[in-house]
Amino acid sequence: MSWTRKIMRVNLTEGSISEEPLNMEWADQYIGQRGLATRYFVEETDPKCDPLGPDNKLIFATGPLTGTMASTGGRYSVITKGPLTGAIACSNSGGFIGAELKSAGWDMVICEGRSPSPVMLHIVDDKVELLPADDLWGKSVWDTDKLIHQKLNDPQIRIAAIGRSAEAGCLYAAVINDLHRAAGRSGVGTVMASKNLKAMAVRGTLGVGNVKDPKRFMQVTAEQKQVLAENAVTGQGLPAMGTQVLMNVINEIGALPTNNMREVQFKDANKISAEAMAEPRESDGKPNLTTNAACFGCTIACGRISTIDKGHFTVENKPEYWGNSGGLEYEAAWALGADTGVGDLDALTYANFVCNEDGFDPISFGATVAAAMELFEEGVVTAEQTDGMELRFGSAEALAWCAEKVASGEGFGADLGLGSKRLCEKYGRPELSMTVKGQEFPAYDPRGVQGMGLTYATSNRGACHLRSYTVASEVLGIPEKTDPLSVDGKAGLVKAFQDATAAVDSTGLCVFTTFAWSLDNIAPQVDAACEGGWTAEKLLEAGERIWNLERDYIQRAGLTGADDNLPKRLLKDAAKTGPAEGKVAGLDVMLPEYYQIRGWTSDGQLTDETRSKFGLPA
Amino acid sequence: MRLALFPCLPADLRILYNRVFQSSKPECLFVIISFDTHANLCHNTLHSISKFDLINDQGLVHQIGDKQMLRSLNINPDKCTGCLQCEMACSFENEGVFNPAKSRIKIFTFHEEGRFVPYTCTQCDEAWCLHACPVEAIKMNRETGAMEVLDSVCVGCKVCTIACPFGTVNYNQTTGKVIKCDLCGGDPQCAAACPTEAITYVDADATGLEKMRAWAAKTDNQAHVN
Amino acid sequence: MTYVIVGSGPAGVVAAETICKLDPNSQVVMVGDEPDPPYSRMAIPYLLINNIDEQGTYLRKDPEHFDNAIKHMHGVAESVDVEAKTLHLADGQKIDYEALLASTGSKPILPPVPGIDGERVTTCWTLEDARKITATLKPGASVVLIGAGFIGCIILEALVSSGANLTVIEMGDRMVPRMLNETSGELLKKWCQEKGVNVMTSAQVESIEHHSDKAVVNISGDRHVDAELVISAAGVRANADFLEGTGVEMKNGAVAVDRHMCSSVPGIYAAGDAACGLDFSTGDFSVQAVQPTAVEHGRIAAANMVRHGSVLHQGCINMNVLDTIGLISVSYGQWQGVEGGDHTSLLDRDRFRYINLQFDEDMLIGANTLGITQHIGILRGLIQGQFNLGKWKQRLMDNPMLLMEAYLAATQGA
Repeated sequence: MSWTRKIMRVNLTEGSISEEPLNMEWADQYIGQRGLATRYFVEETDPKCDPLGPDNKLIFATGPLTGTMASTGGRYSVITKGPLTGAIACSNSGGFIGAELKSAGWDMVICEGRSPSPVMLHIVDDKVELLPADDLWGKSVWDTDKLIHQKLNDPQIRIAAIGRSAEAGCLYAAVINDLHRAAGRSGVGTVMASKNLKAMAVRGTLGVGNVKDPKRFMQVTAEQKQVLAENAVTGQGLPAMGTQVLMNVINEIGALPTNNMREVQFKDANKISAEAMAEPRESDGKPNLTTNAACFGCTIACGRISTIDKGHFTVENKPEYWGNSGGLEYEAAWALGADTGVGDLDALTYANFVCNEDGFDPISFGATVAAAMELFEEGVVTAEQTDGMELRFGSAEALAWCAEKVASGEGFGADLGLGSKRLCEKYGRPELSMTVKGQEFPAYDPRGVQGMGLTYATSNRGACHLRSYTVASEVLGIPEKTDPLSVDGKAGLVKAFQDATAAVDSTGLCVFTTFAWSLDNIAPQVDAACEGGWTAEKLLEAGERIWNLERDYIQRAGLTGADDNLPKRLLKDAAKTGPAEGKVAGLDVMLPEYYQIRGWTSDGQLTDETRSKFGLPA
Repeated sequence: MRLALFPCLPADLRILYNRVFQSSKPECLFVIISFDTHANLCHNTLHSISKFDLINDQGLVHQIGDKQMLRSLNINPDKCTGCLQCEMACSFENEGVFNPAKSRIKIFTFHEEGRFVPYTCTQCDEAWCLHACPVEAIKMNRETGAMEVLDSVCVGCKVCTIACPFGTVNYNQTTGKVIKCDLCGGDPQCAAACPTEAITYVDADATGLEKMRAWAAKTDNQAHVN
Repeated sequence: MTYVIVGSGPAGVVAAETICKLDPNSQVVMVGDEPDPPYSRMAIPYLLINNIDEQGTYLRKDPEHFDNAIKHMHGVAESVDVEAKTLHLADGQKIDYEALLASTGSKPILPPVPGIDGERVTTCWTLEDARKITATLKPGASVVLIGAGFIGCIILEALVSSGANLTVIEMGDRMVPRMLNETSGELLKKWCQEKGVNVMTSAQVESIEHHSDKAVVNISGDRHVDAELVISAAGVRANADFLEGTGVEMKNGAVAVDRHMCSSVPGIYAAGDAACGLDFSTGDFSVQAVQPTAVEHGRIAAANMVRHGSVLHQGCINMNVLDTIGLISVSYGQWQGVEGGDHTSLLDRDRFRYINLQFDEDMLIGANTLGITQHIGILRGLIQGQFNLGKWKQRLMDNPMLLMEAYLAATQGA
């Protein structure tokens, strides 16, 4: 039962708010959060709608385990049609606001239309109102957070907001909650800005109480927390080093994309790694990393809390950046660092702070800067466009400058805000964009981790590592070791990961638990909380249903099998160093096999048979 | 060294502890207390100095219940990750829902400092809440040492909420009663749920309550002349 | 040793209990002038709304609590023979004492207007008053409340929930002027008005006419309100008349006491509302008339009655909490501020939330809040701990809701 069974519909055009019962039939098929919100989204929006027009909708959705004591049960997702990809955008975030929303009594908030002027949504349990936010427009996420806390007179209130980048039209703007957690990818923040919705402030005091079998739930969640604690990755690696534990590992296996993916190894990887973050700085004797931190209910606590050296050139005259804030996760450290060739840890941390402060995705940003640097080296972008800033690989100054420009959307920042694909197209060199479906790659080179090539190519939201993290198997041996350099069996592996992940993303739990948990560990927790007889098989089936639903929607939106592709660089230019030397991404082998396993046509189309098998809308 | 205290109130012991004992060699200290100390008032204080000999004016070793069994919540903010498992466990135990807003333990986040501080009632010996209650609705549980709110007696006047200088007694507008930590009757769920041992339930001797006591004298309304 | 305690409110009961602990062989006589077992006036509002029965107001629930070491007797103290160390009761009884405590509390002041002694007028102070009010309250009854002070406000919920038509007449320019500043007093007025209460501030009752079926309350500005019941809650004063002629010095209408809670006459102590005791914040002596102060006074007076000079009072911090039809207001210390001190406030008029902090240099010295209940006691900790807040002062100036954080920073270096 752990759904509140209540959704909120906010019509921003009219400024009206209504309440509806949750469709429990759908909940039984799509679980919650990612899956269930997608089902609502597919039902209610035209796949051809303009992502930044009033016909697009923006859904904030929790899962049935969000707000409960299940470890990591604090997740929510933002579902919309993304402006970067034109595909379904579904960004997942931790922090605390998801649980707060659930505790206020809501499974989901559906925002539709467009407000005539800036507003914020204020939720205190069942008291919901739209407040004018003209005074917040033009403010960063951090300032917005501070002003709302003051205005609403309540330190406990949780806030999700967009920053200046979203307002300026950056296509990969994020929704930032709790100051430094992000529904980061695909431009969900840009959609929020297009609706003139500046922020959502939530205070929930009702709690999550309708757990089906409380006694069994407490027992089984306690047991599963123990599993996390005893696992080397979730019990030791992630708490101590964060996702940054991967930096040196991925570099060593020759899968760390460097300088806009021209290389697969970064000479300064060790300077921007987890180990480097823990090392006391020469200048002030303090390490970059202050402590680890958890999201709501998380017993792993992989989050990083960091400071920048006060004397570092990025912040020396800016005391507002001297305190602690969310530090580098692996993907951000890679995008801001390796992909741009910058080995200055504090400069990366600064850029990361700015990404959070003004709300944009550090992966897409870093990768776009990398593309811009290549354009600059090629002489296509010149100092004329960049106010004289030399966009050279390895330049920390350039990185910091780019971050500030994207934050404000001024000058060349507007170009950078287009994302890598549109930037490279604008300057006539589309082949330099390292994207799939318009979204930038994350931190694993498909030449060194073959499964990730298929992952990127087939992800329903554009290049993304979180849709099927085969790195777990290919590098870490979870659940079993596969050869990262081989394409054998990767189609099946990717499908299995995609389906399982779609299920996990719909429960309210964090996908990082799957380093230690399989669906066999998750199912009893869902089942103790929710009616419906949840088994691992039922979860997996729901995951596959969700995957197909997403795929169906993006095909109706106009994407085809031809978009399941990788940039030429990865398909033609072999890795130059490391264990993957001489390798290219073997997508041509994996993709047909994948379509076949999925039961799709050879050009990647869903069939009516598949639709009816999963009960998808015709 | 021999110190005589007459008469002896909890505050005597605490002030003595803070100002004298900490700077002295414990093995040569004796406290003479002149009356059968009321456990309600004194057990925590006495407990915190239990490594010293306590003798009354008849020269007998002072007995105060089963104080060796008393345990306290020990909080180590350095280990806290801010996950709020404790708040959920607390609210689930006491309210039947996962609801940090109704938790008796609270994590305070110091964003700029990168620090998380769990905070709850330390069942202080001074028990301002207990003394302030006009209708005897707060009583000490002799098994656990916890100051417990008796819901059936509490009228909801909120005097204890302003009297507690630690801010750990809160008014629950829904029920019209006050709520505070009661150590879950001796099995505190916050400690059980904490994944990092930032909150543990240990012998009172081992806790960091002294920190709190170090300043508490300032909040006391009485000082003892001799 | 024989101890006599005059007055059986919280100060008297706590003093009696403390004496028994400190001097187990003593004889403690506690004289109360009401027929009921010792009870808490704080609980009367909850009796009026039927949350509790009369027993629920009793200070001690054990029916035999006052049968053993403490002897509780009914009687009205009339005078004291200081030379003979004898207390004289109105019924002629005499009680010898070695130490005597005046914990006689306060009593309501009736405003000097014609008709105030009429039958339809009552105070709201004793259980007997509460019985009378309860008997009269019914839906549609018109009730006039004179005085929007602490007592007036705290019984408002009972009056409103009974369905009575309610008019409140307050002399001051706002509600609860002795506890709330202008902003919060005004906001509280708005709150009451939204709950359907007719609130008149800066208004004087000029007379009360009594007719067979009703009273008519005439108010300044040529206004009149009909009333089936008039409740006078126009303030209280210390109740220590029995000490007249003893030479005990009085201050602000109450017994002047030193830091041992001893009056100017050796052997006679005072505590609670009847005592003009040391104020922690100002260093002056004043009558605080609040429950926590009464209890502290009782404990300290008792220790000094057992052994004079043993305990020195460090001063009580003035603090109060008030629930007015569900809106909770709090005051601490020098909420009015001090000259040269900074202050900061946050106001959310629509949600009835307000906080005002007063500083002296970088120490918190006083506060007013409205609609804020979580961790509220930390205000006491911060004020009485006299912490130098350092950089946290500015953080509080920017956002006064960060009280707990400031406290933890001050005490734990967080």
